[in-house]
Amino acid sequence: MIARHFGIGLAIVFIASYALAQGMADKGGTDKRRSGTQDMGGVLQKMQDDDTANPGMLFVQLGGELWGKASGASGKSCADCHGSVASMKGVAARYPAIPKGADAPVDLEGRIDLCRTANQRAGSLTSESRELLALTAYVAHQSRGFPITPPDDPRLAPFRARGEKLWQARQGQLNLSCAICHDDNAGKKLAGVTIPEAHPTGYPIYRLEWQTLGSLKRRLRNCLAGIRAEPYAYDAPEYVMLDLFLMDRARGMMLESPGVRP
Amino acid sequence: MANVLVNAPKTAKRGSIVEIKALILHPMETGFRPGPNGRIIPRNIIERFTATWNGTEIFDMEMSPAIAANPFVSFFAVASESGTVGLRWTGDEGFVVEERVAIAVE
Ligand code: HEC
Ligand code: HEC
Repeated sequence: MIARHFGIGLAIVFIASYALAQGMADKGGTDKRRSGTQDMGGVLQKMQDDDTANPGMLFVQLGGELWGKASGASGKSCADCHGSVASMKGVAARYPAIPKGADAPVDLEGRIDLCRTANQRAGSLTSESRELLALTAYVAHQSRGFPITPPDDPRLAPFRARGEKLWQARQGQLNLSCAICHDDNAGKKLAGVTIPEAHPTGYPIYRLEWQTLGSLKRRLRNCLAGIRAEPYAYDAPEYVMLDLFLMDRARGMMLESPGVRP
Repeated sequence: MANVLVNAPKTAKRGSIVEIKALILHPMETGFRPGPNGRIIPRNIIERFTATWNGTEIFDMEMSPAIAANPFVSFFAVASESGTVGLRWTGDEGFVVEERVAIAVE
């Protein structure tokens, strides 16, 4: 009798620990995707993790000031309509998305600029301007630690599919596709740099080479120039399509904005 | 508008060594780049960073081109008395930023 009970007890413990191991495997074990952060040296990882050493946090701080500043003909600040920035928690994790009344997706920068022009009735902020980057960093920072969760909107599917096509297409004088580097050769070295898997987890990023904060768009323009393709115009829809595809490919990974990159 | 991040301990034991870290946002311009009109854009960098402890200078650094756009400086000081650490950045085009942090020494 005792032996039998003991046997059942063991079986239950085994099942419980098996289930636990499965749960953990789904979080870290079977998911082999790597954020660009994991491919950086320890010094840069520390810099990213320390909020008083991560230069991206200077832009988050600036974004906080802009959040409360009235602008445009409306005389309203972001805070006047949105209240505390805590209302932006999780927002960056589900962009690009299609704004109400529109039929094409915008990225987070685009959404912020929409509020700027339509709601604040102020001038559009140019790509990579300090103001737009700071506001984007401030909003994105609210989603740090949130898993990427693209919206279920079926209208996004054709845009995402076009993004994937761009990802697979060879282009530029070097005749390379994004996939050749970031799918087939990720983890290998390119002129001393580890080729990352290209997950958009840290954007906007403070890139030491740039000595400033930059958007995903700027990063993509760098990769396009790197294969000697002509980067799409700043307002081209291709960036949003690639962003949609990349966010879907990174579904479930944690946002870490503002990231630091070499 | 100046944006600064300072990392210093709020309290320290008398005689102990504390690390103070300071990061500042600055619109760095190297002085080597031509602008849209072809003329060189004037240099605009931070030239000097100094730190004081209750008014006495404890750290002084001269900066030159090619250090960093948004320099991050870390230095050490001996905590001898409670007081205020003053940080001051000065540079081209009349750039002056001052920041203070209090450290209680016990
Ligand atoms: C020749 C190889 C190559 C090709 C082709 C290429 N990239 Fe990259 N990409 C890189 C390298 C190398 C880096 C990292 C650079 C660094 O950290 O200095 C990078 C970085 C990135 C990042 C940033 C990842 C992070 O962690 O911040 C993204 C996103 C990205 N690439 C997307 C793309 C897209 C989209 C394309 C196609 C339009 C593309 N890349 C084409 C080599 C490539
Ligand atoms: C006059 C009011 C108003 C002002 C000012 C305003 N917004 Fe908005 N914002 C809105 C409304 C309304 C929506 C939601 C639109 C919708 O339902 O799709 C929105 C949506 C957003 C979203 C997307 C939220 C989501 O859940 O998808 C972001 C991000 C955002 N605003 C940022 C900003 C920032 C940054 C500023 C300041 C530069 C700003 N807004 C100023 C009214 C405003």
